[in-house]
Amino acid sequence: MAQRIPTRLGDGSLVELTRAEIEADLHAGSEAAAKRAKVEPLAQDEIEHLLDIFTSAAKFSSVDYGDEVVLSYDGAGNADLAAPVLEQVVYQNHHGADMIELWHHDYSYKAVRTVLSFQTQMLKDAQMQTVVPLNYGAMPDLGRYSQPDGPAPNWSELMPLGKIAEAREAQLEAVEHLEKDMWCVVEAMVAAGVDGLDFDTAGASGDADLLATLRVARRVRDTWPDIGVEIGQAAELVLGMHGELEYDGVRLAGQWPLGQLRACTAAGATIFGPAVNVNTTKSLAWNTARTCALVKPVTAEATIPVHVNAGMGVGGVPMTPYPPADATSRASRALVDICKIDGL
Amino acid sequence: MASTHALASGMGGMRTAGDLVARMQMTRGMRLPQAKQYVAEKLGCSVLDLSDTVAMHDIRRDLGLGRIPVQDLTYAEHPGAMEAKFHIADVLGIPINSVQRFRQHAGLA
Repeated sequence: MAQRIPTRLGDGSLVELTRAEIEADLHAGSEAAAKRAKVEPLAQDEIEHLLDIFTSAAKFSSVDYGDEVVLSYDGAGNADLAAPVLEQVVYQNHHGADMIELWHHDYSYKAVRTVLSFQTQMLKDAQMQTVVPLNYGAMPDLGRYSQPDGPAPNWSELMPLGKIAEAREAQLEAVEHLEKDMWCVVEAMVAAGVDGLDFDTAGASGDADLLATLRVARRVRDTWPDIGVEIGQAAELVLGMHGELEYDGVRLAGQWPLGQLRACTAAGATIFGPAVNVNTTKSLAWNTARTCALVKPVTAEATIPVHVNAGMGVGGVPMTPYPPADATSRASRALVDICKIDGL
Repeated sequence: MASTHALASGMGGMRTAGDLVARMQMTRGMRLPQAKQYVAEKLGCSVLDLSDTVAMHDIRRDLGLGRIPVQDLTYAEHPGAMEAKFHIADVLGIPINSVQRFRQHAGLA
């Protein structure tokens, strides 16, 4: 009887699989990415390397000497200390963060704008106590500008009624509001001394959400050439909630990570963060192979650093509040070894 | 999870030169090998030294780049956070926004 090896599913639950089952999952995950995103599946030597990682009996896995990458930690701090500035110091001093990020609990530029003076003061205080580069981060979160929470007609209600033109118009109206709020926050944060902006979970409301983000990124780059701009994606595929929006002559809807990278690069981002969602019912081997296959062409083409999102439920890390170290470390190492990423 | 990533694949932040490499990525958009090479040249060390806490402890001390107080090792007579960032801007040859603001507000410009 074949030896059964402890590993995990995408929801974090512990399972035992044979070496042959893990190898089959690695191939299947890679092929799933190739089929959906029209990318090359992983090469046999890459599958074998992942197989070594996922069949090791060790509880922890790590990269080789010299292969360490930059960790940018969007949403640094756990909010458990109720002291946001102190949380930044904790991430710098105790978690080995290479970059940190100040943020508000209501992680959206629309919400931040209402408490902006408090956030900028906090950022200024944080800069006095930290050495590592400090981002300010929030979600573009276009959906907040739709009724009943926002001013624009709700496109999700209009579309089922067949009012496609009205739904598109509503999204464009929302984009104007979003860009205004993002720019308001950006200007204040730069004046307070921020090192960079993190437009996190960009595209969460689809292509219009991403378009607003790209436009603001371009404006930041043109206005302050030395301020960092990190664009972290919401998902592996840009949803076409509008469907016809373009940036730099390219349609945003339906873009996979490589297309997203090109758009973010054109917009002047200095760091790109692809997000590949985890399938909670598949093994981590399957999920990690799929993530690697989707990210590999991104790092192969990139001219800016690529920091893969590797938090709960993305990048091969299980969808659970406390991702197990055995799983997280394997995903972390796999992304570095296979994809030659610049950071996480 | 944060600590797991740090141990599995992270450069080490302020214990090493992770923050300095990060600055070249975010400010100049440098890919990792290029950013590591740039920082190593500026610090006068090897690329491997950049992720070595022992090597970087002394390099950071000598260049005033800031260090983390650990138990009985405190560095009260050495540069604090903002002071260290003045040195980092000089050593890396890049503007740091908070340093420029501090300089302006303190009338040091």
